[in-house]
Amino acid sequence: MRPRTLVALAALPLVALGLFVVLPVAGMVGRGFAPDGDLDVAGVLEVLGRPRVHRVLWFTVWSAGLATIGTVLAGLPVAFVLYRLRFRGRELLRAFVLMPFVMPTVVVGVAFRTLLVPSGPLGALQLDGTPTAIIAAMVFFNLAVVVRTVGSLWAGLDRRREEAAAALGASPLQVLRTVTLPALTPGIVSAASVVFLFCATSFGVVLTLGGLRYATVETEIYLLTTQLLDLQAAAALSLLQIVVVAALLYAAQRTRASREQPLDRAAERDATRRPRRRDLVVVAVTGLVLALVAAPLLTLVLRSLRVGSTWGLGHYRDLFTTGEGGALLVPVTTALANSWRVAVDATLLAMLLGVLVAVVVSRRPKARAERRALSVLDSVFMLPLGVSAVTIGFGFLVTLDRPPLDLRSSPVLVPIAQAMVALPLVVRTLVPVLRSVEPRQRQAAASLGASPVRVALTVDLPVVWRPLLAATGFAFAVSLGEFGATSFLSRPDRPTLPVVIYQLVSRPGETNFGMALAASVVLGLVTVAVMAAVERLRLGSVGAF
Amino acid sequence: MHARRALTTAPLTLSLAVCLAATAACSVGGGTTEQATGPDGATKTVVVATHDSWAMSKKVLRQFTAETGYTVKVEPNGDAGQLTNKLVLTQGSPIADMAYGIDNTFASRAVDEGVLADYSPADLPASASSYALPDTVEAQQLTPVDYGDVCVNVDDTWFAKHGVTPPKTLDDLTNPAYKGLFVTPGASSSSPGLAFLLATVAKYGDAWPTYWKKLMANDTLITSGWSDAYEVDFTAGGGGGDRPIVLSYASSPPFTIPKGASRPTTSALLDTCFRQVEYAGLLKGAKNPKGAQAFIDFMEQKSFQEALPDNMYVFPVDQDAALPTDWAKFAKVAPKPFTVPPADIAKNRDTWLREWSDVTTR
Repeated sequence: MRPRTLVALAALPLVALGLFVVLPVAGMVGRGFAPDGDLDVAGVLEVLGRPRVHRVLWFTVWSAGLATIGTVLAGLPVAFVLYRLRFRGRELLRAFVLMPFVMPTVVVGVAFRTLLVPSGPLGALQLDGTPTAIIAAMVFFNLAVVVRTVGSLWAGLDRRREEAAAALGASPLQVLRTVTLPALTPGIVSAASVVFLFCATSFGVVLTLGGLRYATVETEIYLLTTQLLDLQAAAALSLLQIVVVAALLYAAQRTRASREQPLDRAAERDATRRPRRRDLVVVAVTGLVLALVAAPLLTLVLRSLRVGSTWGLGHYRDLFTTGEGGALLVPVTTALANSWRVAVDATLLAMLLGVLVAVVVSRRPKARAERRALSVLDSVFMLPLGVSAVTIGFGFLVTLDRPPLDLRSSPVLVPIAQAMVALPLVVRTLVPVLRSVEPRQRQAAASLGASPVRVALTVDLPVVWRPLLAATGFAFAVSLGEFGATSFLSRPDRPTLPVVIYQLVSRPGETNFGMALAASVVLGLVTVAVMAAVERLRLGSVGAF
Repeated sequence: MHARRALTTAPLTLSLAVCLAATAACSVGGGTTEQATGPDGATKTVVVATHDSWAMSKKVLRQFTAETGYTVKVEPNGDAGQLTNKLVLTQGSPIADMAYGIDNTFASRAVDEGVLADYSPADLPASASSYALPDTVEAQQLTPVDYGDVCVNVDDTWFAKHGVTPPKTLDDLTNPAYKGLFVTPGASSSSPGLAFLLATVAKYGDAWPTYWKKLMANDTLITSGWSDAYEVDFTAGGGGGDRPIVLSYASSPPFTIPKGASRPTTSALLDTCFRQVEYAGLLKGAKNPKGAQAFIDFMEQKSFQEALPDNMYVFPVDQDAALPTDWAKFAKVAPKPFTVPPADIAKNRDTWLREWSDVTTR
């Protein structure tokens, strides 16, 4: 494709990014830089010099870094078992892994703390209020990112190379180190950078589990903006966040680009095999990881079934109501329907933009300048994950409030904002796979007279359909679970499920709390059901091409 | 090559159009929230920016529509602090016609930043004046609607079972007999938490950091939000926590009446309370100032005032308004709550919060 075509393809996503991320952030940061209308750079620099800011930055980087490492280490065995081995119930487990990803942080925070308080089942570990608890929760939330991104790449990997290495006398570890891991590296780096961004910008988890003792850049921005109204300090921190994130993204992009290589594709459709005895260790590790993921979820389910001093489905029946004392404006079931509609819209939008971006940034132009331009572009579309949701949320209020773009009270903002959050996940799932397609295959097809569409259908699509479905599922899950930006933008009369869960949790009354737990369980189950359906769907659709 | 590019882009354009059409079809959309207008073209909708705790029965709101012809549309915006800050940030193009839920801890900020216009209902209930803001400019812009006391609550069942006398005062909480028994939401992340900090400021003056140091030395637990403290750590909160003393509201005890029983299992310590008064005010630049004024008037009437306890767990400023039975019995009001002048709060809040963070986080 010619540069001009690429620019044309990238135009729509760029405009969307500019309007719905860059403009709001610029609006808020601008206010911080010019509190009284005059530019005051010195004031912002003064904030960056505070010792507290350095402490906060350091905690953010190391906690998110450790959580990322933990997520990758826990996620790889799970990805192997769920995407390379064939056994009954695999689809269900794949769907289950995604459940934590959509759970509202407020509720999971409660579940974690119920386990960790001194009298709880894990009380003996004395983890309540420690950084370990925060990091464990981050791993819990983000495991799905590693499992699904790496898993969908792994699933398409030809097994014969590994078998050849083994036949030549390589031990299983050597095969893993010299053949498998190098092939997976782009996917791992992709997933790790997404996980890092999610961890570094999470504030619900840090506040709930750290009991205010630990501050990250994101929690500071949240408190400075919503409580202290210190826009100058918030702007300084937002800027710091963007710089750190941009540097990280650039480094990750370099690592990926240098490792990416065309891969041999599995000749047969299914590269999985039955488990063997030597898989025992990895299966055991996977079992342990899944059990740890299940523990907080189980706590939630149990507490949602506890009505007063008896067990029952009372809290689930209450979901058809507006809660004790009319806590909500609409019944929880209506919020679920809203969530569903919004998620469909957001997923379509995220996939449209995501495919465009992925197609553009996965090209390998010969000229250096073009390559560089693409890698910048690649990083730019990751930014929505690395920018504070609070800054974007308030930014919408102060920048999109007048014609021609008076969108402040428009219902389309919610799916748009969610799509911007899902976009990086879609791109990161698709790009490693698109890049691994041997370009000569495309050239060969084209020189044999295939039209570009035909090339895409016959060369790219067979490789990409799996990740495409994975990305669609991801986007849907992101949208169902998104709270940060949605809480700022959702219309009061059409709240999404996470928004009403938050409202229920913050109101007195056992019924409201029970409903919040029940609603979270429903949210998780709906996600699992959708993902399980997607897993089935993907098997049926392959034959069409 | 040109033909080829055309071929590449055509299907994309097409799919783009299809996607956009699909988006529009199943969307959120369809329903634009248009403002209802009356025959004279004047808008008939009153947009009210509130905090997330807003709740009001449909019956009462229908009564307002029947009386005045206006319909209320509610815009929840986080807690009292977030609400106020949003109003400040959107000054000039306000997100609503009026605000409800700005409390005495944020009133001065809202007034100082000039987001409100002067309006005070002509016939306020007689008892409302005792909740009015002390500053006359502020009192002209913010009308008191309701109040609630933030108090330390104790689990009486736990104390009876362990044969320990429950604490009574703020000083008691630093007593070693209650070591590791108290949990409170943090002042920097929760509005009841901030109210408790202000209670200690009112009680101990400049020496409040010393009190907090003692509190922390007595193994007080700080959580990020009220629900976390009450539902996870409080022994009577349903989570089966470990701490029988929690910071909550004077109105919390009636919620702990067990099924079939007639008495709550918890009580509020009335000597530890900080009073939060919530106000309504007309926003500067409101699209429908007349409607907003009508609703502020309505909020002071009996039907609205009497619906407050059941819907928002707060006490009406009108002392003649009838309370629900459980409330009349078990939700006591502090006889002498702690207070800090709103102007002092506005001036010192940031300093206090920074100092508080230093003392509590170490």
